[in-house]
Amino acid sequence: MIRETTLRSRVFDVTLLVVLLLIAFLCILPLWYTLAVSLSEKSAAAAGKVWLWPVGFNFNSYQQIIGDRSFFNSFWISIQRVVLGATITFVVTTMMAYPLSRSPREFRMRNAFMWILVFTLLFNGGLIPWYMTVKAIGLYDTIWALVLGGGVPVFNVILIVNYFRNLPKELDEAALVDGAGPWRMLITIYVPLAVPVLATVTLFTIVYHWNEFFHGLVLTSGQDHYPLQTLIQQFVVVIDASNMTEDQYKRMNELSNQTLNAAKIFIAMLPVLIVYPFLQRFFIHGITLGSVKE
Amino acid sequence: MRNRSFIKHYYIMLLPGMVWLLFISIIPMFGIAIAFQDFNPGQGIWKSTWIGLENFEYMFSLNDTKTIFFNTVYIAVMKIAGNLIVPLVFAIMLNELRLMVIKRWVQTIVYLPHFLSWVILSGILLDVFSYTGPVNGLLNIVGIEPVLFFARADLFPFIVVGSDVWKEFGFNTIIYLAALTGISPSLYEAASIDGATRMRRIWHVTLPGLRTTIVLLAVLSLGNVLNAGFDQIFNLYNPLLYSTGDIIDTWVYREGLLNMQYGLATAVGLLKSVVSFVLIIVSYLLASKFANYRIF
Repeated sequence: MIRETTLRSRVFDVTLLVVLLLIAFLCILPLWYTLAVSLSEKSAAAAGKVWLWPVGFNFNSYQQIIGDRSFFNSFWISIQRVVLGATITFVVTTMMAYPLSRSPREFRMRNAFMWILVFTLLFNGGLIPWYMTVKAIGLYDTIWALVLGGGVPVFNVILIVNYFRNLPKELDEAALVDGAGPWRMLITIYVPLAVPVLATVTLFTIVYHWNEFFHGLVLTSGQDHYPLQTLIQQFVVVIDASNMTEDQYKRMNELSNQTLNAAKIFIAMLPVLIVYPFLQRFFIHGITLGSVKE
Repeated sequence: MRNRSFIKHYYIMLLPGMVWLLFISIIPMFGIAIAFQDFNPGQGIWKSTWIGLENFEYMFSLNDTKTIFFNTVYIAVMKIAGNLIVPLVFAIMLNELRLMVIKRWVQTIVYLPHFLSWVILSGILLDVFSYTGPVNGLLNIVGIEPVLFFARADLFPFIVVGSDVWKEFGFNTIIYLAALTGISPSLYEAASIDGATRMRRIWHVTLPGLRTTIVLLAVLSLGNVLNAGFDQIFNLYNPLLYSTGDIIDTWVYREGLLNMQYGLATAVGLLKSVVSFVLIIVSYLLASKFANYRIF
């Protein structure tokens, strides 16, 4: 790095630092504001008196949530969904990636399967046919609709395939000479070596399943089966779709229970905030592995 | 040589994924037939009457269709531009920052919004931009009357694009930062020996070094011209905003699933799928031609 101590360069550095810190603050400010609202007095929040610090600090809204059966029910559904979804996706996509990473000489149908995968990545039937198929095969209103309804994450499979193909061929040959079959090869050699990319796609799967709300909305029969994001969507975000005037909109705004909503939002955010520091370590490495190729 | 019996195991490994793919992705492709039918859910796809292109003719006669196609492309193109330029500028600024500890902190913070759902962020945005929210509070200080942001159709596209860029710019920076590590430090040294100021070094070394990445990202984003972001708009809009905020995906959801216009909604969805498919193919061809990009 070039060391420079000219005044001009110093001014540049300081300005840069200030701008970047400002941008970073802008990214967490709305989240911080939500936390402040959730800890405030209801009336203060409704009057718009809360800025960055709670006004009339209290835990009322959090206590209210503790007594809310449907909130915990949805939280539990979301956890089930994340655990099942991440496990199944991990096993299925890794298993798919191994044969697809073989050269066409070893596995002649490899390219045919690869093209089917890429085709489903590029083209889809659209919302209505998807909805009707999922309903027709009997997933509607089961946890499996949430776990499997999103379909195979084909892009993850491709990332893993690319990673597998870049592993040294010598490993493969050595294992083969030692008499390892394809399952042994996958489980004891490929999976341990592909930890960076597997961790990345698994963490993205976890975030996807935690954040996804639409399948809960259209593939379940109601509140008792909603995952957390759908529940929040229904009670915090949805605005009655009947014809509305500006005045009605304004009044509704005033009636909504801001502190309670903010608390719900914050709790739904919490798992991501907690796993985020662990997650960050992996994904930068993992993403660039998949997207930037030599 | 490899044992021939391996092939059998390869098929077994592929089986669960292919069955899943078949049911969730491939079978729905045949459901496209609904677009050419006067679909009746009671009779199902086998017995409903075929009506040829009637759904498509009706679609093109609707005013809604023009609005949603325009809105979709308008919002998507603005998002693509914002999501290319803002991360680029931000990555260059981060690259110039010499305090490594602060650099890491800033990075950690700006990546965060990417991992939060639009449900959560919409809840926050609706609150922040509400009548009594902090944005109106700030406007009040500078003497501007409170604005009902989510009742103003003219402002909605800007809120959508702005909040999307806000959510994603940090994350989109990662690719640029990866590309920046590939620029040789000797280029910077040579430039500074030649007397280039820091701005000049950014202009003559950093930007040319990122050129391939910028072109690649721009070309690949072509496939997203009809994806304006369902999750975001669905959670932010309301009937007052349909004129500028309704996009293909939200319209298909309302007309198809809520108003049960299956045939029409499938026809609109199909048009979107086909156009997107063509655009993605074109963008991949361009990317492989100009940047040697291949997905596998």
